[in-house]
Amino acid sequence: MSALALEGIRVTFVSPDGGRYTAIRDTTLRVAPGEFVSVVGPTGCGKSTLLNVAAGLLQPSAGATRVFGEALSGLNRKAGYLFQSEALMPWRTALQNVTAGLEFRGSEGAHAVAQAEEWLRRVGLGGFGGRYPHQLSGGMRKRVALAQALILDPEIILMDEPFAALDIQTRHLMENELLALWSANRKSVVFITHDLEEAISLSDRVVVMSAGPESHPIGEFAIDLPRPRDVAEIRLTPRFIELHGLIWSAMKEEVLKSYARQRQ
Amino acid sequence: MPGKGSRALRIWQLGLFAAVLLAWYVLTSPTLLPPLYFDDPHKAAFFFGEPLKVATRIWDWFSSGSIYPHLWVTLVETALAFAIGTILGLVMGLWLARSPTASALLDPYLKALNSMPRVILAPIFAMWFGLDIGSKVALGVTLVFFIVFFNVYQGVREVSHTVLANARMLGANDRQLLRHVYIPSAMSWVFASLHNSVGLAFVGAVVGEYLGSSRGVGYLILQAEGTFDFNAVVAGIVVLTVFALLLDWMVTLAERRLLVWQPRGGETEKI
Repeated sequence: MSALALEGIRVTFVSPDGGRYTAIRDTTLRVAPGEFVSVVGPTGCGKSTLLNVAAGLLQPSAGATRVFGEALSGLNRKAGYLFQSEALMPWRTALQNVTAGLEFRGSEGAHAVAQAEEWLRRVGLGGFGGRYPHQLSGGMRKRVALAQALILDPEIILMDEPFAALDIQTRHLMENELLALWSANRKSVVFITHDLEEAISLSDRVVVMSAGPESHPIGEFAIDLPRPRDVAEIRLTPRFIELHGLIWSAMKEEVLKSYARQRQ
Repeated sequence: MPGKGSRALRIWQLGLFAAVLLAWYVLTSPTLLPPLYFDDPHKAAFFFGEPLKVATRIWDWFSSGSIYPHLWVTLVETALAFAIGTILGLVMGLWLARSPTASALLDPYLKALNSMPRVILAPIFAMWFGLDIGSKVALGVTLVFFIVFFNVYQGVREVSHTVLANARMLGANDRQLLRHVYIPSAMSWVFASLHNSVGLAFVGAVVGEYLGSSRGVGYLILQAEGTFDFNAVVAGIVVLTVFALLLDWMVTLAERRLLVWQPRGGETEKI
């Protein structure tokens, strides 16, 4: 049974002036328990839309979402979400941000704080709990967001280009940390990115989406690279380069299409 | 140009103050200079007051203690107007921002009430609430309410969608969203307008007193004006200004304590 199954999803937005825009159509994506799946595609291909459907933040126009076999209605309570843009509550300290989820679920007090401190240590921010988000760098804020989502121990982790805004070194560090956290306690991950190298180095499987509108999956590639991986080093291995070439040839046409559409 | 807050700047600021006082003193003294504009040497003092007499008047008020009951009344009116106006504005702002129907229904009326020169309501309030503090508080409330209301309304509508979606994904229900996301976000807008709203509460109190009362600093000024005592009018204005500055300074202190989470200009500490 899949941890997360998106079946025949179609999302059509209706604008106030009556215009229709179909972001994605006929999209089926199944993620097994403990599997790390990346979804890549050119910018504006509806990857985030797909993730919002999986999170239950967006109702699809057609199709169904199943979480461990059960039809999803409302928010996906089994999922943790890492957003692309700033999602921390700026009026809470790092520690208070990490405890937020526990607090919302009714567990407060010393135990929650101890747990949050443990998670801050795990993401390398022990001793920074008292700082407010604006006092942290972009990479540190991402780590807090990671701790904030993972402290609830979600069965499914949804990530929307979480490291896109980081510089390349910080990004490699964060990717390695993510892999370490994930392999310690394997959960299902859906990782959205436009960066093919990032997708290959992290995932078990890479799904390629076509250019929007009416974006849909056009290819699926199993990544048989050995784990544990170091994201910076694995890029130099021959198998990585071979896989990259293979997936890129499938993606290239869509990227050019998307580029041509944007230039119009 | 000396930098802000430097000693040289302070000295220049004090120098400017002293120069203005000196010019005022020299130009209004009946004996120092021959009259420049008026035909009678006492007329300048009558129309513009004299700094020494203003200072003496303030000293008398405070040393005899006769001003304290008036100041107390004005401050109580200000505090009540501020508290009631802020609470009403907060509640209405939160409610309307989260209820599109109510907000669409009330929108034109709120706009009309906001553009109305509300000081003109003072006579109505005087009839409703009498000449005691009630009518002054009511006037102050109408001034404060709209500032807070519009700021809260804006604050709630501009809550980051990502922060909101994140809180929902973390399991927040509607009540928790209100308490942990909407209200903190709205509060930062309320605090941004705090200097304005405290100032306007003060304006409401003083203008209300000026238009009809039996106590308060506005009443003192009205009395002095009735007897053409220009020195007392200026003394009243000076006392009001000093208290307005004090209130503003207290707001700044409160702001520093309550908005620690907001980045301040020039703050570069990032580790």
